[in-house]
Amino acid sequence: MSTASDEKSRQAPAGERVADWADGRLGIYGAAKGMVRKVFPDHWSFMLGEIALWSFVVIILTGVYLTLFFHPSMNEVVYDGSYVPMQGVRMTEAYASTLDISFDVRGGLLIRQIHHWAALIFVAAMLVHMMRVFFTGAFRKPREINWVFGFLLFVLALFTGLTGYSLPDDLLSGTGVRFAQGAILSTPIVGTYISMFLFGGEFPGHDIVARFYSIHILLLPGIMLGLVVAHLILVFYHKHTQFAGPGKTNNNVIGAPFMPIYMAKAGGFFFLIFGVIAIISAIATINPVWAIGPYRPDQVSTGAQPDWYLGFSEGLIRVMPGWEINVWGHTFVLGVFIPLMIFPMVLVVLAVYPFIESWVTGDKREHHILDRPRNAPTRTGIGVAWLTWYFVMLVGGGNDIWATHFHLSINTITWFVRIAFFVAPVVAFVVTKRICLGLQRRDAEKVLHGRESGIIKRLPHGEFIEVHEPLDQSALHTLTAHEQYKPAEIGPTVDENGVERKASPTEKLRVKLSKGYYGEGNQIPKPTAEEYNEITSGHGHH
Amino acid sequence: MSDNGISHENLPSSEQESAHGEVERAHDPFVDPGMPAHRPRIQDIDERAAKRSERTVAGLFTLSMLATIGFIACFVAFPVDKIVYVWPFGHVSALNFSLGLTLGVALFAVGAGAVHWARTLMSDVEIIQERHPIEATPEVAAQAKRDFLQGAAESGFGRRKLIRNTMFGALALVPLSGVVLLRDLGPLPEDKLRKTFWKKGLMLINQNTNEPLRPEDVTVGSLTFAQPEGLDEHNENFNNEIAKAALMIVRIQPADIKDKRELEWSHEGIVAYSKICTHVGCPISLYEQQTHHVLCPCHQSTFDLSDGARVIFGPAGHALPQLRIGVNGEGYLEALGDFDEPVGPSFWERG
Repeated sequence: MSTASDEKSRQAPAGERVADWADGRLGIYGAAKGMVRKVFPDHWSFMLGEIALWSFVVIILTGVYLTLFFHPSMNEVVYDGSYVPMQGVRMTEAYASTLDISFDVRGGLLIRQIHHWAALIFVAAMLVHMMRVFFTGAFRKPREINWVFGFLLFVLALFTGLTGYSLPDDLLSGTGVRFAQGAILSTPIVGTYISMFLFGGEFPGHDIVARFYSIHILLLPGIMLGLVVAHLILVFYHKHTQFAGPGKTNNNVIGAPFMPIYMAKAGGFFFLIFGVIAIISAIATINPVWAIGPYRPDQVSTGAQPDWYLGFSEGLIRVMPGWEINVWGHTFVLGVFIPLMIFPMVLVVLAVYPFIESWVTGDKREHHILDRPRNAPTRTGIGVAWLTWYFVMLVGGGNDIWATHFHLSINTITWFVRIAFFVAPVVAFVVTKRICLGLQRRDAEKVLHGRESGIIKRLPHGEFIEVHEPLDQSALHTLTAHEQYKPAEIGPTVDENGVERKASPTEKLRVKLSKGYYGEGNQIPKPTAEEYNEITSGHGHH
Repeated sequence: MSDNGISHENLPSSEQESAHGEVERAHDPFVDPGMPAHRPRIQDIDERAAKRSERTVAGLFTLSMLATIGFIACFVAFPVDKIVYVWPFGHVSALNFSLGLTLGVALFAVGAGAVHWARTLMSDVEIIQERHPIEATPEVAAQAKRDFLQGAAESGFGRRKLIRNTMFGALALVPLSGVVLLRDLGPLPEDKLRKTFWKKGLMLINQNTNEPLRPEDVTVGSLTFAQPEGLDEHNENFNNEIAKAALMIVRIQPADIKDKRELEWSHEGIVAYSKICTHVGCPISLYEQQTHHVLCPCHQSTFDLSDGARVIFGPAGHALPQLRIGVNGEGYLEALGDFDEPVGPSFWERG
């Protein structure tokens, strides 16, 4: 005996019946309503975050595989695996199992290399993605919190990377851990205690690999996974930003639907990323741990470098003068501690930028239309200054590599970095701002006089002119769609009752900054309708 | 009005305001022309082109299948230790190279197929969706605030201060247990960083030969690494000890030694310095014979071994500690005590 509804559901395809079943328990139809056909705008730069996302997935997949073979132990063993040069050498189990993964497990080397390459690409993609968000102003309201989530992911990735490449316990990774320990020791008052507690005693002890292991595979990735999910939920919830263009407003989003277009494109992109990383790992060796042997605190190799993303902190520590002050029986190890403090500051200045800018503009509205970098010259200048700063430190971190590869004096490079640390960001800021203003002028020129066609016309009286073609309506709109702030001013210093009030220092600072951002000479006024009408109604004089 | 006391006059007017009314539109040369009309792709109008795309996508998916089969074949076929020459990559592991390439192609082809499918065959008609403000409408916001206040009032949280204060106290104290539990992560520093394995009478053992050093073994211009007698690789704490006790030994013409104490602590110009850099603890290993400078390869701190190992360049903060040495009755180099200052990186209690 069967009821009518049973009849009906028997006729529905199996997939639909499963979906009906799930909907009755999870409410998936309600959730799918806005999701399945959710629109995402298209721009090549929106893909950068996807590279980060998918390389993160690749790291997790390959990382799980590696845990099956890696022994996070500092117990000493005598190696008897198949890599002949290391046979009979005393080493920790961590290092021996890394050699086993590389030489005895079929495909183990490949997965290890994919894991490491994906990590480098992950951090690089995050940095580039973050720069995209920065330069286009995508961090503005309502996305400030998502910016902070992204920033935390970046910072956590640095430490996950550090704890990860310290695990094999080869000579290079141990040297990196020693550097970290030496830096910790410089901390006033608590440095020695932190070091003893972290290492379970004196350096190197017997615990650090196991401790880094649980931090590397459980603690940090667990937090990161949560942040990635939150980051993506917010991207969906806020709906993606878009560049100005015909039809695009602050109140709509124009693009292709999630299903099928982005399901295929973004889903396919995972395979593209994974595929490219696999091919890189097939043809390019990364971190050949077998090359220089197990870690011993009294041995070292030359040219030791951290993974690229910590190169800037390496640079800080290398170029800092060795200041050390002894007072009252205590030592201020400023030569190490100051770089240790600048290291997070470098990152934090970037993290807080959205809040500074929104304070300067006083703008409380939502922004879904992206800025072209040229239309925010001061912000773009600051971004380029930061990147310059970052890369100057990166050069400092590789000063020995620069010296040996380009036959330069290491002292000269170090001094160059010391000076450039202060000077280069300023120069970069000024130059970038000039370039932005120049580009703004060019845009205004294009709007008012049209595009240079490359066609030379000779007038009856012999003059040669270049024919300018007027822009079409979409281009005219796109080039003039950006908003231009007026600089803030100090409000009336006398209120309606005639009581005088003093402008507070913060208000003065804000006004000053606002002038720097939007004052005269810091942005080029965009063409007005009047200017345009005057020129186009004239007789084509330029 | 805004929180910063500036008026909205300074903000650019929003788009809706500037683009209202048809009359104004006619005069605005920069008006938004609206979404451009959809331009069909070749696949939208020519079924043969669409078929070609279909074949390309299917071809890519087939390629992926073949590559996966190739992956399995390589996994079975190549021994794990087989090295082959592949131009231009040089000598590579056959297994790693073939597995990586086949896996890469298998994955890449799936992605390329999916993206090509999306770009050429799926509809590329753009869709407009409205955005809605993230913040709640005033009614919803007011309701949420009322609900919260009602909940708070019903709890009596604000009224019964004794409960509130003791709860804060309890919640503040509970995590302390967790902090206390972390105490046994490691021992207290005490004077561990001040003492090394060295003590009076221990012979200097050449790390290369594992034999005690005689003065005549150390020639001018050579750099010898040494460790204390009795410290053995097999010791449980060998690494902890060698991290402090590692020594470098050079011989300098006594006349060339500029530092008076250095000469006193040497044996006929043979000086023994800690090998551990005073910056962050890398072992120093580069020695320049002519100048008697040593360089730490990690961060390039440079020390002058002929002048009390003072820092002459780089980020290190103080000179390398010197070990006072002499010769024992059998003619071997021996330590005349431990270092008189902590070796390695500086720390707060160093003083």
